[in-house]
Amino acid sequence: MHAGYGGTLILKGVDLQLQQGQIGVIAGPNGAGKSTLLKSIFGLLTVHSGSIQLAGELITNVEPNVLVKRGMAFVPQEKNVFESLSVEENLQMGAYLRRDNYNHLLEKIYADFPPLAIKRKQPAGELSGGQRQMVAIARALMMEPRLILLDEPTAGLSPLFMEEIFAQILGINADGVSVLMVEQNARQALTIADQGFILTAGKNRYTDSGQHLLQNPEVAKSFLGG
Amino acid sequence: MNKLVFFANKVVISGFAIGSVYAMGAIGVTLVFAILRFAHFAHGDLMTVGAFFAYALTVLFPTAGASLGLPTGFVMLPLAMAMTALFAMALDRLFYRKLRANGVKPVVMVMASIGVALMLQGLVRLFAGTASRSFFIAEHKEIFRIALPIEGITRKLVITEPQILLVVFSVLVVTVLHFFLTRSRFGKAMRAMSDNADLARVSGINTQTVVMMTWVIAGALAAAAGVLLSLDVSLKPDMSFNLLLPIFAAAIVGGVGSPFGAIAGAYMVGFAETLAVFNWSVLLRPLAGWLPAWIEIPVKLAFVPTEYKLTVPFFILVVVLIWRPTGMFRGKVL
Repeated sequence: MHAGYGGTLILKGVDLQLQQGQIGVIAGPNGAGKSTLLKSIFGLLTVHSGSIQLAGELITNVEPNVLVKRGMAFVPQEKNVFESLSVEENLQMGAYLRRDNYNHLLEKIYADFPPLAIKRKQPAGELSGGQRQMVAIARALMMEPRLILLDEPTAGLSPLFMEEIFAQILGINADGVSVLMVEQNARQALTIADQGFILTAGKNRYTDSGQHLLQNPEVAKSFLGG
Repeated sequence: MNKLVFFANKVVISGFAIGSVYAMGAIGVTLVFAILRFAHFAHGDLMTVGAFFAYALTVLFPTAGASLGLPTGFVMLPLAMAMTALFAMALDRLFYRKLRANGVKPVVMVMASIGVALMLQGLVRLFAGTASRSFFIAEHKEIFRIALPIEGITRKLVITEPQILLVVFSVLVVTVLHFFLTRSRFGKAMRAMSDNADLARVSGINTQTVVMMTWVIAGALAAAAGVLLSLDVSLKPDMSFNLLLPIFAAAIVGGVGSPFGAIAGAYMVGFAETLAVFNWSVLLRPLAGWLPAWIEIPVKLAFVPTEYKLTVPFFILVVVLIWRPTGMFRGKVL
């Protein structure tokens, strides 16, 4: 796949595949095109050549709101909550395309993310970083997606919150949702990954299971800090 | 005591009436800014156009209001609001949408809206000339003179039917808008898009529909403000520029992007105007006995003469931009 912003090509031949129900982790140095890859998959950037498929259907350059209906969700890295809206309204916006009664789902989310239940009437902008990340992920779960794309879900979080978010991601995956995430904390992320993809300069460098990548001495030396 | 009634007539009632006009305009300006991120300078002209739609309907059916006991222009208001909403959507499709698709900077949108404003003013004059008109063709304007049941007060409270309709209608509109924005699915989507357009898109919100809804609300409210003001005073083809400045002042004072700030800002500007042009000598004269002899109360003592009323919102605008550029309710900075 080739993609980029306007005229500049950032992805120059990336290839990745994820089975239903797996966790995939995209790692690599800054500027390798990790976020660009996620945005291209979600139809936020123009894919110039190549194709993207979701469960066998072609979704190359399909609009985000169509992808949301098809069971894909995306959590951006920054500005990923509606700051002036309450926590509950954020979740309602996640369910914007649903016309059925989704109260049971709202209750399940509050049970899975207890801090959000307490702060449901509070504007999301007043929450701590970790809680905002929970709102962002919970918003994406409101459509009950098959695949959730996470762009650096632990960026800027304290180690304690990082653990919590990784635990939440495992929980989401246990419910049968496939996860594809970009992660700065590659070592930790790869321990929970079924598939790992290490990108450099817009291309795959290594593609293997998370365990194998962690054991690969070359990967460890160049990308995981020894 | 009579002087206080005079004060109520000149300041309180007029302030509420003009504040309501500004509020309906400022809500539109602030919503367009919240969703589309540009200052819409053709907003005053949407008011003129809306008022002329209602006027045309009034000329066609001059007695339509008689059976309902309301001014015909007011009866035509819902139709004029719908027509202006469509008109605003058409403007967007013809001009603004094309610019958005090209990803132009906000300042280009502002310039385009000034172009649209001048064009609409030309169009209005082409069809309607430059003379003022009255909405009351087959009827007369009802003016209520209410005697107050207090001893010693002979002066009556004066309020016109259009003023009552204006205040009642704007309170109704503001209430409906409040529930729309805070309770309805679509209203929340509007707030979500104003907060974070990219995330709204990622959530599956159709941003194009939100943009259209914004023009519908802004156009309809502009028409309501234009018609109700014209009913109270007269329909002036050049009213748009005189309204634009106070409306922008109101939106900025309240905090651009905040509808409730816009309402508060509108009444503030409205009352500031009526207080500034009020002849304070009227209230001071009864106190002449207590004042030292060397103070002479002038015949006319107002902060600004009525002709220069427009300097008041301008003054407020500049003060707010210097001291609190985000407005009273912390809106987005223009």
